[in-house]
Amino acid sequence: MSLTPTSVGNEIEIKNAIIEVEQLNLFYADKQALFDINLLIPAKKVTSLIGPSGCGKSTLLRSLNRLNDLVESATISGSVKVGGDNIYDEGCDVIDLRRRVGMVFQKSNPFPKSIYENVAYGLRIAGETSKAVLDSAVERSLKAAALWDEVKDRQHENALGLSGGQQQRLCIARALAVEPEVILMDEPCSALDPIATIRIEETITDLKDDYTIVIVTHNLQQASRISDFTAFFYMGELIEHNDTQTMFTNPAVEKTEDYVTGRFG
Amino acid sequence: MVVMLERKFDQQLDDLKTELLAMGGAVEKSVEQALYALVERDDQTVNDVLKGGVEIDEWEIQVEEQTLTLLATHAPVAKDLRLLTTVLKINDDLERINDQSVNIAQRAAVLNKMPLLKPLIDIPGMADIARGMVRDALDAFVRNDVNLARIVGETDEKLDEFRDRIFRELVVFMTDSKDQVDVVDRAIQLILISRHLERIGDHASNIAENVVYAVEGRIVRHRKEKWWME
Repeated sequence: MSLTPTSVGNEIEIKNAIIEVEQLNLFYADKQALFDINLLIPAKKVTSLIGPSGCGKSTLLRSLNRLNDLVESATISGSVKVGGDNIYDEGCDVIDLRRRVGMVFQKSNPFPKSIYENVAYGLRIAGETSKAVLDSAVERSLKAAALWDEVKDRQHENALGLSGGQQQRLCIARALAVEPEVILMDEPCSALDPIATIRIEETITDLKDDYTIVIVTHNLQQASRISDFTAFFYMGELIEHNDTQTMFTNPAVEKTEDYVTGRFG
Repeated sequence: MVVMLERKFDQQLDDLKTELLAMGGAVEKSVEQALYALVERDDQTVNDVLKGGVEIDEWEIQVEEQTLTLLATHAPVAKDLRLLTTVLKINDDLERINDQSVNIAQRAAVLNKMPLLKPLIDIPGMADIARGMVRDALDAFVRNDVNLARIVGETDEKLDEFRDRIFRELVVFMTDSKDQVDVVDRAIQLILISRHLERIGDHASNIAENVVYAVEGRIVRHRKEKWWME
């Protein structure tokens, strides 16, 4: 049993944490974007990160699989452990990390290749050549992403011919193909219509039986619908981390209440 | 720096609360009138209560529709959600208090046709307590005053004791009457009136419990221990 300490003293018990963020500070050049973040992400649950634009939630998300490495001016202190290993240790294999901690972005970004090749891509670059293995992984991933029934007869057509919602589910399937432990999602529904959004939300709900999901969303209703835990960030600080029901019915911190009820943000 | 936004929704919530309180005022008045009809043996006031009862029923539907519209259009969360669900419940309790007051008026109409069984002392006293509970529960709601809500919860026990006392006293009347039908009839009407007043207290108590939920997010209903002592 462990506790997630937060910057304002609101604590929630988190069991079975797969990600442990400890005293994380992140700077873009001399501008500090994250302040002393302590956060435990439980395995096989959905955790939503919410907060107004610029609050640091996407920055934190990108710190969880070292995507911020791609930003030259970004420096960090503190640690992020995934499955007990500090991913900022020098010996960390970043390629392997990003396999274990996959990512789905705001805008769907399929490769200009066939549906099949999009999903098989991660395994191919990892050296997999067996057609049987690839076929099986593609089918499993497309099924898990709730896309199989719609594309099983046209797997070799160009992925760019899919609708926006289908493309996003394809990106989820692509992330799933390499069997990650964690999937990070950065506003995965913000460019989708309500029906496509519901399909993605249902997919996320199904996926949590096998995967840990961390999602950044501006859609508070979405956070309340799909997540088990919600963390609210404001100006680079973690203000409250609580179970989602409490966050949206009776938050412990007034600032959270003001944000979720639309009084600022 | 946090810049707080002005929300039209806040105005709509205030309007809804005002509407509910206006309805609450009408319900309080209805209880008062029902007792007046009984104590003063005034059939005209009985009719006023019955007529007012129908209006309050319509008012209840209006408050419910207004609340459902806000729930549907704003999908509120946190304290806004607690407020709106509480309004729905208080609205329901007020309507049922109104039903009890209509019942009292109807029993007053029956009693008014018969001679007085005994001077009415305890029932008006009980009615004062019940009405006070309704008023305090609504005040607690409008002021977010959990302490006042606690007092309402506590007072409900006194009301129950009052009802038991009235019941015992009227049973003696019935026993002593040696089965005179008109005595038994009047005594039963008065026992039922005390029961209606006790139910009004229960509804006021429900309102008080819901005020605790609206303010603190704690559900205190159906507890074995006395929640108002917490």
